[in-house]
Amino acid sequence: MGLTNRYATLSALLMMLTLLLGGCQSLNTEPENSLYQQLGEREGIANVVEDLLYLIVEDERINQQFKGMDVAQFHRNLTDQLCELSGGPCAYSGREMRELHADMAITDTQFNALAENLILAMEQNDIPTGAQNRLIKQLLPLYPDIRNL
Amino acid sequence: MTARRLVTLTIALLVVPAAMADIGSRIWATGGVTTIEGSAGGGLVPWALLGSYASDEEWGGTVALGRAEVDDYSLSVTGAGLNWNNRLEITVAQQTLDLDSLVFTLKDGFGLEQDELNQDIFGAKIRLVGDVLYSPWGQWSAGVQYKRQRDFTVPSAIGARDDSGTDVYVSGSKLFFAAVMERNLLVNLTARATRANQGGLLGFGGDRNNSHELMMEGSVGLFLNRQWLVGAEYRQKPDNLGFATEDDWWDLFVAWVPDRRLAVTGALVNLGDVATLEDQQGLYLSLQGSF
Repeated sequence: MGLTNRYATLSALLMMLTLLLGGCQSLNTEPENSLYQQLGEREGIANVVEDLLYLIVEDERINQQFKGMDVAQFHRNLTDQLCELSGGPCAYSGREMRELHADMAITDTQFNALAENLILAMEQNDIPTGAQNRLIKQLLPLYPDIRNL
Repeated sequence: MTARRLVTLTIALLVVPAAMADIGSRIWATGGVTTIEGSAGGGLVPWALLGSYASDEEWGGTVALGRAEVDDYSLSVTGAGLNWNNRLEITVAQQTLDLDSLVFTLKDGFGLEQDELNQDIFGAKIRLVGDVLYSPWGQWSAGVQYKRQRDFTVPSAIGARDDSGTDVYVSGSKLFFAAVMERNLLVNLTARATRANQGGLLGFGGDRNNSHELMMEGSVGLFLNRQWLVGAEYRQKPDNLGFATEDDWWDLFVAWVPDRRLAVTGALVNLGDVATLEDQQGLYLSLQGSF
């Protein structure tokens, strides 16, 4: 009898969990630009990129790689790129990623440092964890291009 | 002594900015924590991740203390590890199992006076290919654990054949970004060839089976944010001794990684039947420092 009760409780729990997960999933399947909106649209993304630039400049692991770059152009291009990747109405107009990083010999250490700074910049701008994760997921395909693998 | 401490502290404060940068560049919590066998992983299962935060141009290290208290036993673990370039992990661990209630069984049944079992574990793990975060196919590593039981009288009396043994394993780990409710999901699978009884604490090989067998181990964890990971682990175990059946292990864990220097892991563990004492459940707590 006790065993039957336990099974009943378990299946009730499982059903609740299914409903809960299903409920959350249906919340997430909003229009495609919801990530763009969660990032604060182009203005929010521009703020993240600005804070990212401050972090890069102070980061001894990677600031050498950014020496001599056109800061305004970098800011515009990366903002457009993140805007486009998050489903926003922008078009990245910079050079192709593989070509751009071909001679930089970027190590995993440097890639990790940049990823860390991007996360910190998003945190500084109160981007929700879920949106951070979704943006990084969109950026993953760039890894082999940037590392020149 | 005081003067020396002051000097050390002053120097430490001066180099803090440099030291902070030196801890290693891998993303928070991607070093896993220290398992009860010293290798990087969860609590019970080694993962393909290498300990500490060393990335491809860096060194890193970990030190850890762990304790599991189940119904009739308690296990203490101290461990340390080094990581070179996120390529090679070298670990040592020392386990002490307090036999608590088993002391009486041993005394009455076998005439043995023994209240604890000690084991040393030397581990090496190499990252073969991939990165847990960035590679679509995840990260794959292979490892060995050489284990040396230092109190073989009891294991020998209950039928274990050897006081030392080597586990060999292959492990794959992959983080799926925004996988469940927009949270990141970590999945690990490990295949281990072993002849260890209760991880080696009860020796190696036995009357029922004396050769290496392939055991599957797995774990899943969900990052609630970058500081909190909750999940579960399962570890299949051999059953080499006729003296008592050996069960698979599992646990439910919560890990808190406030920054790269510290990781705190708590778990509910279920070790099943251990050396005739049934249904061993309890708590596990582990502290890990990284440098």
